[in-house]
Amino acid sequence: MDFVAILSIFVMACFVGYYVVWSVTPALHTPLMAVTNAISSVIIVGALIAAANAGSPAAKWLGLIGIVLASVNIFGGFAVTERMLAMYKKKERPAPKAEGK
Amino acid sequence: MLSSVLAVAADTAHAVNPWVAFAYLVAGVCFILALRGLSHPTTSRQGNRYGMVGMLIAVVTTLVTHDIASLPEILIAIAIGGAIGFVTARKIAMTDMPQLVAAFHSLVGMAAVLVGWAAYLNPGAFGILVPGTLDMGGGLGVGEQMVISPVSRVEMGLGIAIGAITFSGSVIAFLKLAGKMSGAPIMLPGRHVINLGTLAAILLLTAYFTQDQSLWIIAAVTVLAFIIGFLLIIPIGGADMPVVVSMLNSYSGWAAAAMGFTLHNTAMIITGALVGASGAILSYIMCKAMNRGFLSVIAGGFGGDSGGGGAGAAKTDRPWKRGSAEDAAFMMSQAEQVIIIPGYGMAVAQAQHVLREMTDLLKEKGVTVKFAIHPVAGRMPGHMNVLLAEASVPYDDVFELEDINGEFAQTDVAFIIGANDVVNPAAKTDKSSPIYGMPVFDVDKAKQVFFIKRSMGGVGYAGVDNDVFYMDQTMMLLSDAKKMVEEINKALAD
Repeated sequence: MDFVAILSIFVMACFVGYYVVWSVTPALHTPLMAVTNAISSVIIVGALIAAANAGSPAAKWLGLIGIVLASVNIFGGFAVTERMLAMYKKKERPAPKAEGK
Repeated sequence: MLSSVLAVAADTAHAVNPWVAFAYLVAGVCFILALRGLSHPTTSRQGNRYGMVGMLIAVVTTLVTHDIASLPEILIAIAIGGAIGFVTARKIAMTDMPQLVAAFHSLVGMAAVLVGWAAYLNPGAFGILVPGTLDMGGGLGVGEQMVISPVSRVEMGLGIAIGAITFSGSVIAFLKLAGKMSGAPIMLPGRHVINLGTLAAILLLTAYFTQDQSLWIIAAVTVLAFIIGFLLIIPIGGADMPVVVSMLNSYSGWAAAAMGFTLHNTAMIITGALVGASGAILSYIMCKAMNRGFLSVIAGGFGGDSGGGGAGAAKTDRPWKRGSAEDAAFMMSQAEQVIIIPGYGMAVAQAQHVLREMTDLLKEKGVTVKFAIHPVAGRMPGHMNVLLAEASVPYDDVFELEDINGEFAQTDVAFIIGANDVVNPAAKTDKSSPIYGMPVFDVDKAKQVFFIKRSMGGVGYAGVDNDVFYMDQTMMLLSDAKKMVEEINKALAD
């Protein structure tokens, strides 16, 4: 892919992010931070490439350490998000009361 | 079908394989859906699953499309990191979420630095070599050789720099949030000059890196970026941490995006942009909720933990009324509607569970109880909501500032627990006040106000006196928040 194609994806993704994030309810802003944390660890892809390649031992070790760090974040981030989201409950009352917005 | 696709993908690892690009795109879309799910609590867990699926697709795609010389090591690395992350996520107390998020940010930052360095040391693996000329040094002259493409060098330099800033900044934010370092701003003389100079040096070195791919340049960029991340966060006070945490969230995204450019990886670019936008929007919301410019927050120096040296002269000389738990229990049980305004103090006292018991007791008596959350309550965006959710307060009892502020005039009791500046009317009236213009709850319109506070001496983080203390309808409940609510519960149960 050439640079302009990549840049186009990036710019479009910024706009998508802008609109998607504004639609997140403020009550879920902490889970939002936790899950963005987890997904930004997709950087593990880079670490995997470095660790998989036998070309340079130094790069391989940096990659392996990177995998450890990113894995902490991926597992920890998704797990803690799941734990938080499981706590958000609706009112138990069966009769739904009209709650003027 | 899938295996044939993967076989094709593996054959042509370094050529642009449309299936590989497609898989990363699917991963990116999954991440978009993960955030989209958070628009409502009912869809949020579904969203989180999309995030996990996206991550799995990205990792598996990478593993099957590269010749892997060290699969056991990689799996061990994933297992070690995964176990640490999983156990931490299970054990962490909800009140400690802000520092956990800060710690996680630092890991993303460090991972970005490591990936950047790995790409520098082994550019062939990342497919970023182009034919070029290289100064061989040692009098060998200039030779034709494969070099790292100049565009990739800029991306690499920026990725490493942003990652390093994210790392050291997040470490400081973590230490401040965890109370392992004073939350008070640390002001160095001439820090603005130092900071701007360091930033300029990083940019100039990155630009020069396109001409010369020597190791010392990328090393200097890394070191300077670590230093600037540190310098940027130490002058920022504990109370501005919601903005800092959001900002570092944003940086971790941009770091991932920069690496995505280097690797030509769609999943990383989409994710980086999403996370970058997310953090930026949260920072904006926080700044707006404090009526402060982003630059003024970043410039630092505002608000330590104890908030000394405020404008409030003679603050304890004015008359105020002290109430008791019985007063509060009686007034609230007689009320039609009670609005509870929690703040950071509730988190510190771990009072969310007893507070929920209080609302249950009141509801049994037919009182309508609502929670009012200010955007900057707590130490990170949405901090109060998570704590209330943890205490099983239903989310439809919890309201945002603009949705509930009109209701105080029809409210019998406003119950303030561990909040202060977010109810200070000076923000509406006193132009000289440091918090002037910040949107606040109109608690002065409620018929009765109960204000839980440890003592009359301390003031909010902004160091401003609060007129609500001295209003006729206010009763101060001077005690630890949790103890006071427990006493109220006892009185309510009688």
